[in-house]
Amino acid sequence: MIKFIFIKLAQLIPTFIGVTIVAFSFIRLLPGDPILLMAGERGISAERYAVLEAQLGFDRPLIAQYFDFIGNLLQGDLGTSLVTHAPVMSEFMNRFPATLELSLFALLFAVIVGLPAGVLAATRRGTFIDHSVMGVSLTGYSMPIFWWGLLLIMLFSSTLGWTPVSGRISYLYFIEPVTGLLTIDTLLAGNWDAFRSALHYLILPGIVLGTIPMAVIARQTRSSMLEVLGEDYVRTARAKGLSSFRVIMVHALRNALITVVTVIGLQVGVLLAGAILTETIFSWPGIGKWMIDAISRRDYPAVQGGLVLIAFIVMLVNLLVDVAYGVINPRIRH
Amino acid sequence: MTTLSPSAAPGTLRYQLAEFWGSFSASRGALVGLLFITFILLIALFAPWVAPHDPALQNRDAFLVPPVWHAEGSWRYVLGTDAVGRDVLSRLIHGARFSLSISAMVVVLSMAVGIFLGLLAGYFRGWLETVITRLMDVVLAFPSLLLALGLVAVLSPGLTSAMIAIALVQLPYFVRLTRAAVIGEKDREYVTASRLAGAGHGRLMFNTLLPNCMAPLIVQATLSFSTAILDIAALGFLGMGVQPPTPEWGAMLANAREFMGSAYWAVTFPGLVILLTVLMINLMGDGLRDALDPKLKRS
Repeated sequence: MIKFIFIKLAQLIPTFIGVTIVAFSFIRLLPGDPILLMAGERGISAERYAVLEAQLGFDRPLIAQYFDFIGNLLQGDLGTSLVTHAPVMSEFMNRFPATLELSLFALLFAVIVGLPAGVLAATRRGTFIDHSVMGVSLTGYSMPIFWWGLLLIMLFSSTLGWTPVSGRISYLYFIEPVTGLLTIDTLLAGNWDAFRSALHYLILPGIVLGTIPMAVIARQTRSSMLEVLGEDYVRTARAKGLSSFRVIMVHALRNALITVVTVIGLQVGVLLAGAILTETIFSWPGIGKWMIDAISRRDYPAVQGGLVLIAFIVMLVNLLVDVAYGVINPRIRH
Repeated sequence: MTTLSPSAAPGTLRYQLAEFWGSFSASRGALVGLLFITFILLIALFAPWVAPHDPALQNRDAFLVPPVWHAEGSWRYVLGTDAVGRDVLSRLIHGARFSLSISAMVVVLSMAVGIFLGLLAGYFRGWLETVITRLMDVVLAFPSLLLALGLVAVLSPGLTSAMIAIALVQLPYFVRLTRAAVIGEKDREYVTASRLAGAGHGRLMFNTLLPNCMAPLIVQATLSFSTAILDIAALGFLGMGVQPPTPEWGAMLANAREFMGSAYWAVTFPGLVILLTVLMINLMGDGLRDALDPKLKRS
């Protein structure tokens, strides 16, 4: 098992190098002089230009610049934001918990709805229930989530006034950050009202972000269940006279879950991409919104740092999925 | 004596087509999808004749006119107008041109390059394969929309950059599928026979192997097509895709957003059109998969 993890880690190294090259080239590929571009339309004084050039290391040879970049990266230094003048790393870390909380909630929603729906569709194959589940999941899968978010806001926030339109928690509450996840921090502080407020703000964006993963999980669960239900051991279990609930839950679902777990893991990239749109719509102060703001403000060091860090997260999660898959399904390891 | 009709002879193209159509049309969803897509394509093609108004015409007397079924609505603007008095229906019809043509170009570009790289990787193996697959791993490490956004930021926002960015993001899927299919087919007898008959690398790759690897690629192409429509709209929505005043579905949504409370129609219809188009393409894709690739057949 240890060997398996090491092999997987070693395979990540070329990808890691590739990702850093992409991020490194990013600023340098901009058409025109990147420093003038960053300065924007106001222009820039000669002194400031020289300072920026030295700060970004643009006066050094390209290869030296790349190794500087890697060296700094390994020390957690991703440069400073041109807009806030704060380190990109800390800007990212300040916002990451918001995205993490949103994504976890979305994934929870996706699994809680998608998994039972998939099981139900598989066990009631060909019935109205099956067709409805598949119809809903195909619709969810095809959903432009930025529109879906707007529709839900129109209905639940503007018309019914049930949920707030933007933000993470009511300004009435100040919660000392511990984990950075407001739903957990409010519980740790024992403040129920604040917890309810945080949940209130979380629910709509969470559902929006969880819609596509939900559809994918429902479809995958259904097809793995159908496959497993046709296996000999399921027939044996039925023949032994076990209740059909037990056959489905214990014998079939456990084996069907192997592929479903992988699919759930692969949703992380989908979630992070979706977070960009969801956070923009709900003004959710996470890394998705931060990246969009950075792009529109031409804050290139922030965009560069964000690209690297997000790619690392995706790679790391994929590695964990691979390892988890190796644990559940030992055949993979060899 | 009866003569066999030529279409019944197994192995001929017509026979294969008939067989394909038989299993494709067995799925009602796939047929509905095909009909809808044909309809949208025709509308896009004949947009200037079908659309009741000029999509860019701003009518000062008709700001935010509601759709026809409202008391204040009129048949002049069936789906209402937007904040500067442009006809929503006409903009949707013209928007179909952009969404469909850009997405089609994305698929063609991505598929052509992806097939080429995949063929190289699967046919030659060795270091070339390693380099190509590692490059694709790098692309896959970034969430698709983020990479597209980054690229658009580098290339400056607009139609061409959006197209290139989304094509690049789709590339790894075509490369991986082609490579896997080529590796599966490479050692079959017909390939060996062709090689012994003196076929060169190019002929083996493109004439012998490629046609036998097409089935999963066609299915992937429909998937990519629907993803491309969504991504183009997402970029437009974020202001990084097609620039105003071009009537693009995602950009229309973004413009209508501030009037969400007072003019639901300007938000509802563009999104509905995106959803329907993507949904129908996916329905058709499911049917294509069942018809082309019995191994992948949905149980």
